[in-house]
Order: sequence, then structure tokens, then C-alpha cells
Amino acid sequence: MNSAAPANRAPERLDTFPKLCADQAVKNGSRPAIREKDFGIWQTWTWAQVAAEVRALACGLAALGLKRGDKIAIVGDNRPRLYWTMTAAQAIGAIPVPLYQDSAAKEMAFVIDHAEARFAMAEDQEQVDKMIEIRSSGGKLDQVIYDNARGMRHYTHDFLHSFTDVQAAGREFDEAHAGFYEAEVAKGTGADTAIILYTSGTTGQPKGVVLSFDNLIRTAANGIAFDNLRLDEEVLAYLPMAWVGDHLFSFGQSYLAGFCVSCPESSDTVMHDLRELGPTYFFAPPRIFENILTTVMIRMEDAGWVKRRMFHYFMSVAKRCGGDILDGKPVPLVDRLLYAIGDLLTYGPLRNTLGFSRVRLAYTAGEAIGPEIFAFYRSIGINLKQLYGSTEASVYITMQPDGEILPDTVGRPAPEVEIKVTDSGEVMFRSPGVFVEYYKSAEATAATKTSDGWVHTGDAGYFNEQGHLKIIDRAKDVGRLNNGALFAPKYIENKLKFFPEIKEAVAYGDQRDYCAVFVNIDLAAVGSWAERNNVAYASYQELAAHPQVLATIKERIEAVNRDLRDDPKLAGSQIERFLVLHKELDADDGELTRTRKVRRSFVADKYDALVEALYSKLDHTHVETEMTFEDGRKGVIAADLQILSAETYSSAPPLKAAS
Amino acid sequence: MTQAHERIGDTLLAVENVSLAFGGVRALSEVSFEIREHEILAIIGPNGAGKSSMLNVINGFYHPQDGAITYKGKKRKQMRPHHAAATGIARTFQNIALFKGMSTLDNIMTGRLLKMRRNFLWQALYWGPALREEMEHREAAERIIDFLEIQSIRKTPVGRLPYGLQKRVELGRALAAEPDLLLLDEPMAGMNVEEKEDMCRFILDVSDEFGTTIALIEHDMGVVMDISDRVVVLDYGRKIADGTPDQVRGNAAVIDAYLGVSH
Repeated sequence: MNSAAPANRAPERLDTFPKLCADQAVKNGSRPAIREKDFGIWQTWTWAQVAAEVRALACGLAALGLKRGDKIAIVGDNRPRLYWTMTAAQAIGAIPVPLYQDSAAKEMAFVIDHAEARFAMAEDQEQVDKMIEIRSSGGKLDQVIYDNARGMRHYTHDFLHSFTDVQAAGREFDEAHAGFYEAEVAKGTGADTAIILYTSGTTGQPKGVVLSFDNLIRTAANGIAFDNLRLDEEVLAYLPMAWVGDHLFSFGQSYLAGFCVSCPESSDTVMHDLRELGPTYFFAPPRIFENILTTVMIRMEDAGWVKRRMFHYFMSVAKRCGGDILDGKPVPLVDRLLYAIGDLLTYGPLRNTLGFSRVRLAYTAGEAIGPEIFAFYRSIGINLKQLYGSTEASVYITMQPDGEILPDTVGRPAPEVEIKVTDSGEVMFRSPGVFVEYYKSAEATAATKTSDGWVHTGDAGYFNEQGHLKIIDRAKDVGRLNNGALFAPKYIENKLKFFPEIKEAVAYGDQRDYCAVFVNIDLAAVGSWAERNNVAYASYQELAAHPQVLATIKERIEAVNRDLRDDPKLAGSQIERFLVLHKELDADDGELTRTRKVRRSFVADKYDALVEALYSKLDHTHVETEMTFEDGRKGVIAADLQILSAETYSSAPPLKAAS
Repeated sequence: MTQAHERIGDTLLAVENVSLAFGGVRALSEVSFEIREHEILAIIGPNGAGKSSMLNVINGFYHPQDGAITYKGKKRKQMRPHHAAATGIARTFQNIALFKGMSTLDNIMTGRLLKMRRNFLWQALYWGPALREEMEHREAAERIIDFLEIQSIRKTPVGRLPYGLQKRVELGRALAAEPDLLLLDEPMAGMNVEEKEDMCRFILDVSDEFGTTIALIEHDMGVVMDISDRVVVLDYGRKIADGTPDQVRGNAAVIDAYLGVSH
């Protein structure tokens, strides 16, 4: 494939992605830009080829009638052609709007309608069907282009076009209109809208976050400088294209730094492709790191005796000194030697199996990661770090710098980001990445972004002594105890849920005298403990009320209390009373949302007798609860629940030997 | 279904007055029907009606005592299964017949065996022409893996796969032979609704994308009525009906065969 001659002249100001693409085609023309595993082989396109593909597509889209300012919806898995669609649309001044490919048809229709998208790029038949349905219900959607022609033989709609046809038409158009493409690319400036990303919005309708080229390119550059990203990074693009993180890591930073991005074969093969590729720069939400760790642990339990013993021995060594070695802190020579042997026998092979052999840098964000999980990856030599960000910030708000990793903080402010904490405890930030506006929603924009550019995150947090930001909860959920102490329910619940025995926890305390919690045991974890220790039980209810289980939960709660004691702001909200619920909180009973988040106020209403009991002097109480069985029938279960007190700790450090 | 009718061509295979008996048991008696190019033909009937025997006759595994089969214009009375395979007939089995210890990819590659020109010595050398040939076949196998969306189990031993996926792999192996006529013996037996839907889509896609003629045996009437262009009904070794799904659905003899007749 040869790019047309004019594309080989790099534009002067590199303030848009199409310009950066042309620039990479000149500087790194023969280096790989993007890969996709197809037919079992990694197919690669160089930057010069990408520039030519983008050019043909942009001209084809123009020939089909895509105009400056039009929106083009992009829906599908991570595919090179869908990434090229973004650049091609931007080249002729149109605005890409990527959609979450697995979102419900209604939500997709809302976004396409709200964004007034005239064009749509759909990955395959499944997505095309959705587009046809949306188009037939009215609105502005007009032309639909598809990438994969599989199963599309009988589709005769004249508004449907295959990707290759559009590109072929584009090449003809390009020949007939010499200079058109260059002129269109040159018209773009950094202040133009680069993309509209709809946030999935837990409450209400999704909002379209408008980001400019300046937002994204400045932020991407800051990230590259902060972590010293290079031309030879390897990245696996597997998280949704509509998510700002993927857009920045797999698109923005790749265009700026020139590194190669690889798309997995299918969503089922991600873990396998990860192992084959061995990325150097990797991003995953905590859930994925947790799943990988669980798989490792299960497979180790099935391994032979020698391997298992070796694994557990060296993991204890890693736990003792692995993190410190990674942070470059002083470590005793013996440990250093043991760690080196462990690296040879255990950590190295383990990293290799997981596909993390070459990882220089891994990030996790989105929600709190369990300290054990976080420590596990760091201890086996994977530089896993946390960051705190949002779509409204073009990702980065805070990041953990190398060598300064404090597990329950999200790090220091990212380059060029200013952060302040309001009197009510809410975190606000200002940066070059701050979004332009919410699309067609001046009201929501004004409510989130102040006139001088500060953005409300809606999260409550504070800076600790080392200057690292600690996020504790959503600002609206943070309350105060009657004695004035700060109370962050989710922070406490998360800490409890990190213990394998605890599946769910619900914390109360706002405008109360002390903090008290409901606990749900994890049937899988506690059940397996019971099996190993010959504890007989007939039902969930019976297991939940077992004295040894209660004792274990009490220990866990006291461990959380000790943790809270060390936190100057939250020391006052230690858990004083708790009970273990007799039934699992369930979405069918309305106690959890469908995404398995506790509906705290609903639970409080439903179990108000239990909540009152927590704040009384009773040591047990009787309860009858209606529950829905899996087949939809309803029944009532009754139980006598024990209410227990937990040890709390004074925040003053205990005096060591009075002498 | 208008497109389906346009796509159907001339007779690919004609069964004329075929009779088959095992000792005293008459499995098939004077059965005649034809399979036309590019169509999806379903053979249905109650248990023991002779459906699988019919398929076995077509691919040469059973030799009928009477009657003849005309395939691609050539009349034949007897044929060996490997001849059938060489002339473009591939099949799947009611009880999955895969190599359980081999991976999905290797199983599909075995379907390419008849297309390999180099002898095993060349292949053992794995060099020059043999290597080029291997790559060609691997590519064909990969296209089938992509087509059937089984990338994630490419290297998994088939014995470890769930039943529905094994059926899919078996279809893949049959497709690897690039057949003109594909015989499917109960491709959806024992599957759940979702797996059945997937399999239906693959069968329709095979017909669409490759133009393969398909004859299938199936018990699920919903499936049969949905995907086949024509249905042949057997009962006690005799053909009792032959026509479009709608014609067959209204046929009194068929209703009797399935529901029984009061005497």
C-alpha cells in the first residue's frame, strides 16, 4: 500500500489527530501503528498504511455526504477500522461519537438521537440491525457503514455501505479532487471538538462530554511525559472504545508517541491475546486484576505439592519485600537474594503465564482496588499503579508517581492539574484537560463546571500528610456522626468487602451516635471454610449465625477499626456495633441494583427494626423478612439475630513501655 | 424466502427407488427424492423411520439392495465413503465423532486431509512445498474458525469442550473439506435454545456464504420449518411426504405419522 505523495508532507502545527497521523506517517512511516489478530495471525498496519487508509476513508465519507460538524456514531469492539473512522471523521471536520457496544438498544437510540448523528459506523450485522431499527424510528440517522460483511448478503437497503466500498469510492474521490484532503485537514484547529464521549451515567440519562483536540492532546502529552512512554510501547486495546481511558491510552497517546496498539481477536480471547502480545503499558479496572488473581490461586491449589509449597513460600518472601524492591527502598541482603531466586522460579514464570513479562507500567482505576490484590501484583514485580480520573478531565486527575505508592490513595495531582477540596469535602480540579461542555446541556455544564474552569467531581476526599489524594466516597453520601466525626459509608463498606468472608456490608452512622454495620457473609468463602473445618450447617441462615463465623467477622471489623484509627479524618467513625444478616441481599428483592450496588436507603427502610436494634442496648432481636425465590415465589424467613459490639481503638498511639 | 427460491438450482443428487434391508428388517423401501443445488433439505420422521440410514446410503456407508443414486449427473449403485468424500460430500454425525484429544484447530485440519497433495514424507519434512501447502490449509482452517466464531477455543482439546461447541467444531471439520453437499445428522440434538439458535444461524450462513447444498436430519420441528427450503418425511422406511414446510405441515399422512391414528 502506498500513501499518496501529498500525505508525506507533515503539517506544521500538530494540533489535531489527523495532523498527528500524517506526521507519524512521515517520521515513523514503516513502524507498526496498529495490529489486529485476524485468522489466527497478528495483522499489522504501519503508520504510512494507516495514513493511507484514513485518507481513503475520509474521502469516501466526504463523498457519501459527511459534512464538517456532522456527528458519526461508532459502534463495535476495538477494531482498527473503527479507530480509523475516528481520525477520518476528524480529518474532514466531523465529530466521532463512540457508543458502548453492549448497551441496551434504548440507550443507544437515546445517544444517537441526542448527538444528532447522521452517520453510523457499525462493526457487524448485529450492530447494523440496531442501526436499521433506530433509523426506522425517525431521527437524523441517515447513512450506515459496516466493517464486517458477514451475514449481510441479503441486506439491500441503499443507505447501507460496506467499509471497503466507501474506501474505494474515497480513492476515486481523492483522485478527482486533488488537494481536498489536505485542505480539510488544515482547516482543523486544536480548539475544535475532537470527540463526544457519553458517560454511562448511573443516574438519569447519559451525558455527552465534549472534548477538544487541545484537551486530549495536552493531557496525552502530560501522561507520556509523566510515565516516560516511548515509541516501542505495546498496548492491548480491549476496553470499550466509548470509554475515555481507551480513547486516551489506545488512540491519543499512540498518535502522539507513535507506539503500536493491538486489537484482540474477539472479546473471548483477550486473556490469550494478552499473553501472546505481552504489553508494556497495560490498563485494567480492579475487577480484571481480581479475576486474574483468583484464577492463579485456584490453579495453584490444583498444582502438585512441590509447586504449591514453592509458590506459597516465595509469595511470602514477595509479600515481605517485593513491594519495597520495586519502590527502590532498602531491603536486607538475605531478602534480596531470596527474592532473586523467587523471581527465577516463581515470579518470572507467573508473570509470563499472565502475559505481564514485559509490563513496565500498569494502571488501575474506576473504583477502589483491594489492598491485598494491589500488593500481590506489586510484590511479583509488576509496576501496578492507581490513578484517579474522569471523562470530564480527559482522564488524569491524580496519578501515583513511581516509587511513591501508598495503596489507599490515588496519588499526587497529575501534571498541570490543580486540585482543591471544598469545605464540604468535595474534590474539585482544574486542568488543560477540562471538558468543553456537556453536549446540548448548558444547565448540566453550569452545575458541574464553574466559570473559572473548576470542575466538581462529586467525590469526597482529602490530601494526606504526604500530599497524596485519598478518595473516600461520593460527596453526597458522606455524612457526620452526632459527635461531628466524618462518616464515609462506602469507604468503610469497601474496606470490609476486601475480606473474602464478607460479600456485602451496609454502614449506618449519618446523624447517629456511632457507626454500625450490616454484614452479609460470602457463602462461597465461608462455606469452603466450614467444609475444611467440619462445621456442619443446613442453610445460609444457620451458617451466618454460627458463633465461629460471628467471631471471624468481629475480628475483621476490628481490623478495619484499627485501619480507621490510623486515618486522622475517619478515626471517629469506627464501627461499634454490627450484625450478620440472615439472608443475602438480593437484586430480586430490590436490595441491590442490577449492577450489584447496595441501595443503602432501601435496605435501611426495609430493615428499620434491625437498624434501631443496632442503636439500642439489645443483644439480639427477632426479625421476619419477606424474600423472593428464584422462581418468583415469595416467602417469609424468620431469624433471631445477635447484635454484637466490636472493639474500637483510641486514635492516640498507645504508649510504649512507660520507662 | 423469495431469495431462497432464486438461489436454488438443478438437481445435485437424486435418490431413485432406493430400498435397504438388514436381514429381515426393511430400513428403506423404494424411497425417491432429489436434492437440488444450494437448497436446505430436511429429512424428518419419527424414531426408526430410516432417516440416518438414508444419510448413510447417500454417503456410501450403506449399500442399498435396490435402486440407484445419481450424483452430479453420474448414476451409481454403490459407493465407498471415501469416494463420496472425494467427490464433495461431507457429513457430521449424530453422536459426535471428533478426535477428543486433539485441539479444535487440528480437528478442523483433518477435514483438509483429502485436499493435501504431498505425501506424508514431504509433510514430515515440513519444508518447501509441504510447508507452503500446510500454510494454505491452515489459512483455510482459520477462515472456518473465524466463520464459526470459535477463535477462543482454537487450541483447546475438543474433549474439554461443552457439547454445543463440539457440534460446532464437527460442522467446522465437515466444512473444511469444502463440500458441495453437506449432510448433517441431528445437528441440534441435545442443545439448549441459545445453542440451537446459533447453529441455525451457522447453517443458514453456510448456505448463504458458500452456496453449499445441505441435507439435514432434525427432530425440532420449529427449526425444520424455519430453516429448510424443502422437507422430506419418512415413516417406516417409506417416503410419505415431500414439499415446502407449509405443504408438509398440512399433510394428513404426516400428522398421522407423528400423532398416531385411532383405530
